[in-house]
Amino acid sequence: MSHDRSIRDMVAAVAAGKTSAAELTTHYLDRIAAHDETLNTLISGCADTARERAVAIDAGAAADTPLAGLPIAHKDIFCMRGTRTSCGSRMLDNFVAPYDATVVERLAAAGTVTLGKTNMDEFAMGSSNETSFYGPVRNPWNTDYVPGGSSGGSAAAVAAGLVPAATGTDTGGSIRQPAALCGVTGIKPTYGRVSRYGMIAFASSLDQGGCFARSADDCAHVLQAMAGFDERDSTCVEREVPDYVGALDAQGDDYLKGMRVGLPKEYFAEGLDDASRQVIDAAIAEFEARGAEIVEITLPHTELAVSTYYVLAPAEASSNLARFDGVRYGYRCENPVDLEDLYTRSRGEGFGREVQRRIMVGAYVLSAGYYDAYYLKAQKTRRLIAQDFTNAFENVDLIAAPVTQAPAFKLGEKLDDPVSMYLNDVYTLPASLAGLPGMSVPAGFVDGLPVGLQLLAPWFEEARLLGAAHAYQQTTDWHTKRPAGFE
Amino acid sequence: MSLTADQVRNVARLARLGLDDDQIAEYAGELSNILDVVASLEKADTTDVEPMAHPLDLAARLRADRAVPVTDRDDFQAIAPATAEGVYLVPKVIE
Repeated sequence: MSHDRSIRDMVAAVAAGKTSAAELTTHYLDRIAAHDETLNTLISGCADTARERAVAIDAGAAADTPLAGLPIAHKDIFCMRGTRTSCGSRMLDNFVAPYDATVVERLAAAGTVTLGKTNMDEFAMGSSNETSFYGPVRNPWNTDYVPGGSSGGSAAAVAAGLVPAATGTDTGGSIRQPAALCGVTGIKPTYGRVSRYGMIAFASSLDQGGCFARSADDCAHVLQAMAGFDERDSTCVEREVPDYVGALDAQGDDYLKGMRVGLPKEYFAEGLDDASRQVIDAAIAEFEARGAEIVEITLPHTELAVSTYYVLAPAEASSNLARFDGVRYGYRCENPVDLEDLYTRSRGEGFGREVQRRIMVGAYVLSAGYYDAYYLKAQKTRRLIAQDFTNAFENVDLIAAPVTQAPAFKLGEKLDDPVSMYLNDVYTLPASLAGLPGMSVPAGFVDGLPVGLQLLAPWFEEARLLGAAHAYQQTTDWHTKRPAGFE
Repeated sequence: MSLTADQVRNVARLARLGLDDDQIAEYAGELSNILDVVASLEKADTTDVEPMAHPLDLAARLRADRAVPVTDRDDFQAIAPATAEGVYLVPKVIE
């Protein structure tokens, strides 16, 4: 079936005239029409423009581009000119972006066809996709369960075969965690690798764009088109992008031989569910069987990650989200009596609960008298956490760990308990705070729900992550599994 | 750490969030729980640790000060709640 083909095969088939962009687009749009009423992965559709674009590509509009005719979806956090870009919020329910994000522009220039914009936690704040103004996404492996978040729509859409690849963003785990919970491959690049221009800001020192697909090889194709310097993002790093796809092509069967893989003992301690642990252990045994050298390491400041993150991210969010004031774009309350009323009611009515909570935590920790105790202190503990990784990577080439403590939880289970939701992010936050690249790779199942193996590499070593994941996927088939009903 | 309703009201005012009393009471409990988690930072020894503002410890890149074309005003104002003759409209500020 068409939706089980690799990106490599699809692009080659279009280039060779064996299939057309229009056929691919129609195939996936038909799947979306058949399944998305249940899953709710796409919130800002663009089927008409997708069909027109595919026809144009078949007429030669994207000749000689690397991904000509490939259907994709963008997380609804990326501005796309002429298309509603909601960020999962009532605040931006009426926001039609006046320009393209760099990620959108680059993937379009690479020949992709955008089928739609994916559902997400409001302003990317959440780990279950339940804070979206448009309602939760359902996990295709069991629709009573969450897909993870915040990029839950992208992960679930790829898992269900509604689209071959989708973009996402990761601030504290928002690519790796939903990839793990939905059983797809996801990569969060090094902070600064992918431009943040046109990506609606949540926490600017943490936000990083990446992608979801069915395999490391597929992710390499998409990341290749997304990554690279952009002068419109002042934090985007001016550094050459390696040939990720070429490196995988050249990779031998012995890629993992002699690779030193560190297992941080703090990620295997109390809290990790036994059944998930067995899945991760089996994945690590596979690495070992392929010649990797497994060593225990320590990241001693891991326990500070949740508290550090939940000071810094809300602080940055309270500042970034100050721009939503009901004046120039977005939601405006009815009949404001004065300017103050316009601001407070537009923000009181336009933002959902989780966003308001985080804005208030941020405003509190930045307020007079508390700055040193919270914000400055958290910036210092952030350095301790990052330094742990610097030390670890002096002795290992790669870190392997679980992504989450347990597989997906039920819809509604944690929604009324923000703290329990936050603690869920304990294995993904440290790498985000350090700005490191990370992946989640499908590694097995517990009670029919997917479990992801987290891989972390040193700064700008995305090629090593992709290489290791690709090697693992050559001798395992977890990444090829499809949820029942979505074959 | 327990926040009072008045403290939450003050934070909501700083953040320009219009909330009613029921919401203030709910947020007081939730924010207190979050601050309890965050309080574990106090235990960390950060003597002589430099604050980290940027994950790669890079200085902000400077760019040439030159004008570049931007999306024009009509495009931006097409999505505004209220405009007239090229300006954004808000409630009267000066009596």
